[in-house]
Amino acid sequence: METFFQFFIVFALQAAGIYAVAASGLVVTYATSGVFNFAHGAIGMFCAFSYWELSQNRGWPSWIALVVVLFVEAPLIGLVLDRVIMRRLADASTITTIVVTIGLLVAFVQLAGMIWPQGSTTRVLPEFFVGDTVKVFGINVSYHAVIVLITAILVAVVLRVLLYETRLGVAMRAVVDNRELGALNGVHPDRISSVSWMLGSMLAALAGVLIAPILPQFTPVALTLLVISAYAAAMVGRLRSLPLTFLGAVILGEFESLLNWIDTKGIGGHTVADVANDLQTSAPVILLFVVLILLPQDRVAGRSSRRYNAPTPSLRTMAMAMVAYVAGAYVIAQSGWVSKTTVDQLGVGIALGIVMLSLVLLTGYGGQVSLAQPGFAGIGALVVWKMGPVGGLVAGVVICAAVGVLVALPALKMRDLYLALSTMAFALFLETNIYGENALFKQFLPFSVGNASVRRIPGLEGDTAFFMVMAVAFALIVLLLTVIRNGSFGRRLQAMRDSPSACVTLGLDLTATKLQAFGLAAAIAGLGGALLAMWKETSVGVADFSLLKGPLPGLPLVLVAVVFGITTAFGAVIGGPVFVLLPLIGTWYPALENIMNLAPGLAGIGLGQNPDGAVGQVAESFARDEPSADHPPPPPRVPVVPERVGAAGRPTAEEIRELDDVLGLSWGRCETKAAPR
Amino acid sequence: MAATGPALELTGVRAAYGRIEVLHGVDLTVPPASVVALLGPNGAGKTTTLMVASGQMPATAGCVHVAGRHVNGVRPDQLARLGLCTIPEGRGIFPSLTVRENLRMITFGGPSLRQVEERAFTQFPRLKERIGQVAGTLSGGEQQMLAMARALGSDPAILLLDELSMGLAPLIVEELYGLVADIARQGVSILVVEQFARAVLGVADVAVIMQHGRATATGSPAELESELSAAYLGAST
Repeated sequence: METFFQFFIVFALQAAGIYAVAASGLVVTYATSGVFNFAHGAIGMFCAFSYWELSQNRGWPSWIALVVVLFVEAPLIGLVLDRVIMRRLADASTITTIVVTIGLLVAFVQLAGMIWPQGSTTRVLPEFFVGDTVKVFGINVSYHAVIVLITAILVAVVLRVLLYETRLGVAMRAVVDNRELGALNGVHPDRISSVSWMLGSMLAALAGVLIAPILPQFTPVALTLLVISAYAAAMVGRLRSLPLTFLGAVILGEFESLLNWIDTKGIGGHTVADVANDLQTSAPVILLFVVLILLPQDRVAGRSSRRYNAPTPSLRTMAMAMVAYVAGAYVIAQSGWVSKTTVDQLGVGIALGIVMLSLVLLTGYGGQVSLAQPGFAGIGALVVWKMGPVGGLVAGVVICAAVGVLVALPALKMRDLYLALSTMAFALFLETNIYGENALFKQFLPFSVGNASVRRIPGLEGDTAFFMVMAVAFALIVLLLTVIRNGSFGRRLQAMRDSPSACVTLGLDLTATKLQAFGLAAAIAGLGGALLAMWKETSVGVADFSLLKGPLPGLPLVLVAVVFGITTAFGAVIGGPVFVLLPLIGTWYPALENIMNLAPGLAGIGLGQNPDGAVGQVAESFARDEPSADHPPPPPRVPVVPERVGAAGRPTAEEIRELDDVLGLSWGRCETKAAPR
Repeated sequence: MAATGPALELTGVRAAYGRIEVLHGVDLTVPPASVVALLGPNGAGKTTTLMVASGQMPATAGCVHVAGRHVNGVRPDQLARLGLCTIPEGRGIFPSLTVRENLRMITFGGPSLRQVEERAFTQFPRLKERIGQVAGTLSGGEQQMLAMARALGSDPAILLLDELSMGLAPLIVEELYGLVADIARQGVSILVVEQFARAVLGVADVAVIMQHGRATATGSPAELESELSAAYLGAST
């Protein structure tokens, strides 16, 4: 009975409290700004590390450090984010907001890694009042757990009062309904958005500081991924309802404790306990996936918020471009102008470029967001390692296509944000519970720890030969995509992206189109992963295909792909090599190393300015027209607001003008009407 | 009050959505304490004119004056706090807030919640019965009453109304325009955009016809009656 209480009340509620705090921050920002902040956990992580720096490293008293982090740093981060980034996203498409906040996540993780390098030292953040306990029903409960619970309840009460009882809170909710109408009521929408981001950051920081001491590892990635728990809890509340969000946090806490209990007690034998232990880390991912599937979805979209066009280059043009590409690859591989390490990296770049091409099909043409493409690449690599080069390549592509279709099934009715979340959950599940190190799939072992050796295709084992194989594969896929784009499947994809509801009324089968797109994209990504594994030959493993860990993580890969443009294949031609060269440039010029690590994240954030990608923007800049000369330039903007105007019978225009005369002001009226009448 | 200038004045206003210009130099004057009806067919630029006047859209050229002040570039929320009340097309309410919370939003313009509620409930007792109800679940007429409560409660100097009659039963439209006339009698200057011309002509002092992004005719409602049919039926001017 004691252990039961320990697990299902103390542990579970402590975890639930933290998830609730984190998730409520997520809900507040989403509900008031319409931006789902993927970087929520990263902000919390950054603040937790700042707290560690101040309280442990610099020896400040804990409470001062806490006040500085929660009430100075966190609101400041929120304010800056709002001013610099989020405000511009008010009318952006969902895809853009997803990419921008993922860019922010990546940038924060890299920044934390730079300021607090990992590996050399192990950091520990102690609990509040460590060692102090209070007896409840004969059980020792740590002060930390008590503090967490009280905090969660306080947050719930404060948010409720703020959002429903204060005018500011009502305005925050009103602006979500209708931003323009809020302004017509006299609400400054920018101020509302600042407040909500400051509040969201503070809640993220609070969650980060509370959870850091009870985590097994205090590392940026571990803390950032904890936000998945917050996503899951927030999803239970459909990103709107705070009470349901708190319920979601409790469900998650109990679920984790159940798995922990099975593991600790060894219920169901050794294997079951081990599996439970593995599942514990991915409990939030599982809950997120389940909730997303069960959740009633919005109806079919009327039309996408922002229409953009994927260009339709002719097959001839693309064929010539690809001949040039393959020839260029041959020169690089053969001539010896480029060092061996650079060629090695460029080979990785071509393989990852193929993974990027899968996004061109799925997201660029079809408008479906997927963060699972690096995961599919991992499956391709796994199969090719298990089944040998030729058979594995074919089997890998087929298996990936099948898994892609399977993943798409629950995603059929999902749209942008939910799709991004569920594919991210899937990729994380893959890397922790399938081909990562785990108890259930012991047969993947050398791969799971990044130590597998993969053979290349017989007869094409040489470095140059295989480099060319990859370049030709890349070129062929580009041509395939061009054919698709110009054909009927491409038109169906475009139609699905532009207006799902119009497609339905035309009798177009959205289900089949979506499944085909997902399957084909997964197959392309799988091929890319398999080629990457063969190119590397040794020490292939989970680290090559992880979303956030490893030297070339998956989320930055997706960012770079989107930044270089996913509406044409040309983005991947440039994006692949650039992605692998960034860290390489860092090793050549150590002064640039930090910038290079930050680059993908910053580029993703920059997408807020330019949602069509870099290649698109260059093209756009040629098309932009000059301000026409026959119109007079726009009149001057008035920075100062005049005083309140009265209706007739009250202080009027006449009086204001008299006042201007008295004060000698002449700026009140513009030139053309200044003449007396 | 003889020499008082116009409450709202637009001179040579041009405005564009992206590269497409929809207002090609609109001149429009709303004299103090009068009702001006802005009429015209679909796509004439009536709503855009209103958006420019209320600060929601920048004018690419020309001037907007409120009570004799040049207000180009002033944000809509600033104009709202100055006393320019805009009821936009299609129910100017927040559908997921309750009636009370909707009324509370009006207080950003300056008046106290007590004043807002008092005026709203005197005029529309039905809103009082629905005070705790989420506004999106009200009937169309009730929603428009809630929107009009802002015109009553915020004590504006200038009132801009866009398509008040849209999707409402003729009886309710009549009631709402009766209210507009009442507000005008209190000295408020009103600009009404309507496609459904008959509804507003009885209330208006001046009517302006807009076509193809320009104000093409101005006059008393009686004078313009004949021109109206030509405008709507697409005869060239």
